[in-house]
Amino acid sequence: MKVILRHLLLLMMFLAGSAQAALTIEITQGVKGAMPIAIVPFSWEGPMTQAPLDVSRLVTENLYRSGRFSPLPEHDMLAKPNDPSRVNFQNWRVLGVENLVIGKVRATANNQYIVQFVLFDVFRSTQITGQTFNVSKTTDLRKTAHQVSDIIYEALLGERGAFDTRIAYVTQSSDASGKPRYSLQVADADGHGPQAILNSREPLMSPSWSPDGKKLAYVTFEGGRPSIYTQDVRLGKREKISGFRGINGAPAWSPDGTRLALVLSKGGNPDIYVMNLLNKKLTRLTRSYAIDTEPVWTPKGDAIVFTSDRGGKPQLYKVSLAGRQVQRLTFEGEYNARATLSPDGRMVAMVHGNGSRYRIAVMDLENGALQVLTDTSLDESPSFAPNGSMIIYATESQNRGVLSAVSVDGRVRQRLVLQEGDAREPVWAPYSK
Amino acid sequence: MNILRKALIVVVPVMFLAGCASAPIDTTDEALGSDSSVESGLDTGFGNASSSGDSGSSTEVMGLSSDSDISSSEFSLDDSNPANLLNVRVIYFDFDRSKVRAEFNEVIAAHATYLADNPGALMKLEGHADERGSREYNIGLGERRGNSVARHLGLQGAARGQLDVVSFGEERPVATGHDESAWALNRRVEIVYTKQK
Repeated sequence: MKVILRHLLLLMMFLAGSAQAALTIEITQGVKGAMPIAIVPFSWEGPMTQAPLDVSRLVTENLYRSGRFSPLPEHDMLAKPNDPSRVNFQNWRVLGVENLVIGKVRATANNQYIVQFVLFDVFRSTQITGQTFNVSKTTDLRKTAHQVSDIIYEALLGERGAFDTRIAYVTQSSDASGKPRYSLQVADADGHGPQAILNSREPLMSPSWSPDGKKLAYVTFEGGRPSIYTQDVRLGKREKISGFRGINGAPAWSPDGTRLALVLSKGGNPDIYVMNLLNKKLTRLTRSYAIDTEPVWTPKGDAIVFTSDRGGKPQLYKVSLAGRQVQRLTFEGEYNARATLSPDGRMVAMVHGNGSRYRIAVMDLENGALQVLTDTSLDESPSFAPNGSMIIYATESQNRGVLSAVSVDGRVRQRLVLQEGDAREPVWAPYSK
Repeated sequence: MNILRKALIVVVPVMFLAGCASAPIDTTDEALGSDSSVESGLDTGFGNASSSGDSGSSTEVMGLSSDSDISSSEFSLDDSNPANLLNVRVIYFDFDRSKVRAEFNEVIAAHATYLADNPGALMKLEGHADERGSREYNIGLGERRGNSVARHLGLQGAARGQLDVVSFGEERPVATGHDESAWALNRRVEIVYTKQK
């Protein structure tokens, strides 16, 4: 197993160095318990000598970085079949491979492709699933590879994959004259294909996805003051939601998309409010002399988890929308802030700090058990993947703001590498509807 | 005092225009300097992402000695004498604190006196935090620091209407390092006179 691991690391280093890879992957505590799988390089049929995208390599990379799979290195494969009739299951059993993926990519016309794959159960010698994709443009091959990864992930683990999803984040870079330039970016979940949807010379903060994945709410300081906007990601159309005196911060969409939780200090100090997005009516949810901020909705939409220093230091609290009762959630550590809830509502991840180190921790809301997931020191802005399997967050490395993701069990970490500037405040988009 | 000397800076709002169109929305910032613009002035240049204009404003930090557009003959704030406490425009704070340290009492008293003597003067207090911890909490902390300075100014004669607090949290550090020497410089309130008298 150790040998396989080492080979795998070499393979992944090669993968990371090739073809403008956007991320590096680091397995921190081994892949014990990860499912052995073999993804045979897909065959290519087309006018060029090579497929424009190595679909099977991307699938391999995806499954590996989830931490749930341990893909067999290509050079350990005894055969590389591409057709179901050529599969000899014994070749895979002897290597301890439990599941096998084979496939083909074929160019059918200019920029059009057919991608086929089949997933086998090696020990039962049966096909688990398989699918054919008609891909109508070259740039969609990446999406297809993510979809293939999602299908395999779900077929073998029984939960939905999150490879074909997106993230948003904020970057800061300098223009030619050295002045800061802030951008709100949207990219694939692996960091590939970033596209700026907003540029500003003033700070941008706190992006938050609408539950249908179509809009982002965010804070902008254009005009020298904070205000909250929502923006249609595809159309670019945006609307100013809040520009009150003082803080306008930390927008968070309700699960049904009709309301926005936000932080306003127009009442004297930061409190949590809920705005009805149809009539813009505000309801004040907290009333304290403390800093109440960073609201996140429970999946049912009946309560909000937020950060407050009403007890002296920032800790997480929960307030119900109905009765406004406030309950403290975190007790371990002197600084717990910036909550993100798992999609099933059972776990809360947060920034867990002690004055010198700020790391990402996750807490089981049923029993209160807290586990620190990262070992860097300036970690912030955790955000759950829509399937709850991973948490993306921002950290600092070699004087740059970088994005990382960690599996919820803390075993697998990966770093998304950006071309330039500082990246921060990643938010994982929900499944698009 | 050393830390104060190092940070004798004036923040001067500078307007400039640039003209380029790009696919993402570029924000327009005509509103800087007109403080009543919270609800307006931002509604241009978007809606059609591909045709949005790009005029921006920025905040430039420069030394007191030159380039200041404040005229010294009319405005004692521009007196370059470092012994003039009005030239101290940055108040520093301890980690996760908003209490004004005793060493800044005289500075705040000087500014309060100036505001009391010049009822037409307006001051913006820009609150900032170091990078540690979460960004929105730091926005709250920056505002608390700004309010803390505003309260002291008010107690010593400034009118509440002369004071405007805006928090930038950790979004606008002056020192980019990741150690206490940088953090100490970033935990601050910057005093900006938006109207001199």
